[in-house]
Amino acid sequence: MRYLPLTAQDRADMLARIGAASIDELFADIPGEHRLNQDLELPKRKTEMEVERLLGCLAAKNVAAGSVPFFVGAGAYKHHIPATVDHLIQRSEFLTSYTPYQPEISQGTLQAIFEFQTQVATLTGMDAANASLYDGSTAAAEAVAMARRITKRSKAILSGGLHPHYAQAISTYSMMADDDAVILPPDVLAAEDLGALIDNETACIVMQNPDFFGNLRDLSPLAESCHANGALLIGVFTEAVSLGLIKPPGAMGADIAAGEGQSIGNRLSFGGPYLGLFAAKSKYLRQVPGRLCGETVDDLGRRGFVLTLSTREQHIRRDKATSNICTNSGLAALAFTIHMSLLGGAGLERLARANHANAASLADRLSAIRGVEVVNKAFFNEFTLKVAGDGARIVEKMAQAGVLGGVPVSRLLPSKGLDDLIITASTEVNTEADRTAFAKALEGALSC
Amino acid sequence: MTTHYTKTHEYVRAEGNTGVVGITDYAQSQLGDVVFVELPPAGKTLKKGEEAATVESVKAAAEVNAPASGEVIEINNVLSESPALVNEDPTGEGWFFKIKLTEPAELNGLMDEDAYREFVKTLS
Repeated sequence: MRYLPLTAQDRADMLARIGAASIDELFADIPGEHRLNQDLELPKRKTEMEVERLLGCLAAKNVAAGSVPFFVGAGAYKHHIPATVDHLIQRSEFLTSYTPYQPEISQGTLQAIFEFQTQVATLTGMDAANASLYDGSTAAAEAVAMARRITKRSKAILSGGLHPHYAQAISTYSMMADDDAVILPPDVLAAEDLGALIDNETACIVMQNPDFFGNLRDLSPLAESCHANGALLIGVFTEAVSLGLIKPPGAMGADIAAGEGQSIGNRLSFGGPYLGLFAAKSKYLRQVPGRLCGETVDDLGRRGFVLTLSTREQHIRRDKATSNICTNSGLAALAFTIHMSLLGGAGLERLARANHANAASLADRLSAIRGVEVVNKAFFNEFTLKVAGDGARIVEKMAQAGVLGGVPVSRLLPSKGLDDLIITASTEVNTEADRTAFAKALEGALSC
Repeated sequence: MTTHYTKTHEYVRAEGNTGVVGITDYAQSQLGDVVFVELPPAGKTLKKGEEAATVESVKAAAEVNAPASGEVIEINNVLSESPALVNEDPTGEGWFFKIKLTEPAELNGLMDEDAYREFVKTLS
């Protein structure tokens, strides 16, 4: 396709065709205060060399995750991604192929999706998984919508250990559907009793494990309370690697599992594209949102794969569809599948153990510092530090000293009296030298 | 025992003050192979024209409306295992649910078999 800049004549022709007198008239529906009433302050032209130099200077202002000791988590995690993953996902058969609506020419893509679904179902302890959603937070919001369809009730109760972004996504979906989402206050110590809050209007409880503050939680008693009261339990996770070591939501009685799959095979990438993982018990399969791939046989009895149960989806059922999601995060799901296949079950468990071991030695190291306390009783690869001082200021000081030490809780939960908390994650990529640098930077930040 | 038909291709067969509800042969032929039927819970009160059930085929999903008002007294549980009965025998074994008719006079506003046959002719 040639690049054809838009001429003044082109604009005039298009406006005349649709019957608008001017560009302003075309955008009349957008309130004035939301419109840009001046030209963008961009130079008229620059050469390719100049643009590269300028953007290079701007990029150099960032502290890239791989360039310093890095301990930031809180929903997105830096893990090692084998070179094989990038190499394979860039094969053009995968990279350039379109939606696999025609199974006769899409067996490779469909088989990859089928393997992905199998891995996600196994990992979450569920019967069936979909072909993926956009990210963990929208997967959680879809899970809540699904629980409402199944129970025909409106109220969703969101644990105070749920990632605030996830709570916000659920809240936005709920608001648009006139549904009720109760967001409980931040629960730093995993002390809340959600079972007592379930009533006969409760569609579901949403609980994250490990939770936002890094605590490990037992979903089993809550699953019993939910089921005794006709409600569903949704198990959420933001760190998929944790499932290599801890009991999955399905095994603890959750009805739906929803979470973020970025950790496996996918980079931080400044927040996306990410990978929504979604799985459920098979009795709820018809209410699952999004695309599903199934195994079948062709007319010669050979194994093959097709998209299935499509009547749930928007292109057939329109406004009555289970979701307005018509697609999946294909390439991110493929990267997940390839990385998982390279790891295998035993490899995933070893990776998870390495994560926990690194986090445990970091916690020991940091809690020895005067004015620093680890608040968690049990954690996987992420924990919360209580510091003698303002968490945001301390994180900033550490960054100036060349260590990205975590996320101040006040950044995601401002004005909650949690300003002395920092959420810190440590994965397999961290070394003893990183921990030493972190301890030193934290001591330095506390003393000034 | 008279059968009445709607323009949205449901039938209701009156047996005393009970109405047996399903979709017509024309409807099943248009839908193609039926793979799933979602039925209302027994005990549910339906108003005439209200959405009562959903039928899914390999190529479409359609809402089934209550052809008359009443309370659902029985559903055809066999359909959950054998949805193909809707194709094979829509007005017999492929029935959807039975209602206790609360306003039998509503049936007079529906088409009889001859009228429905003529109606279907106008659609092709």
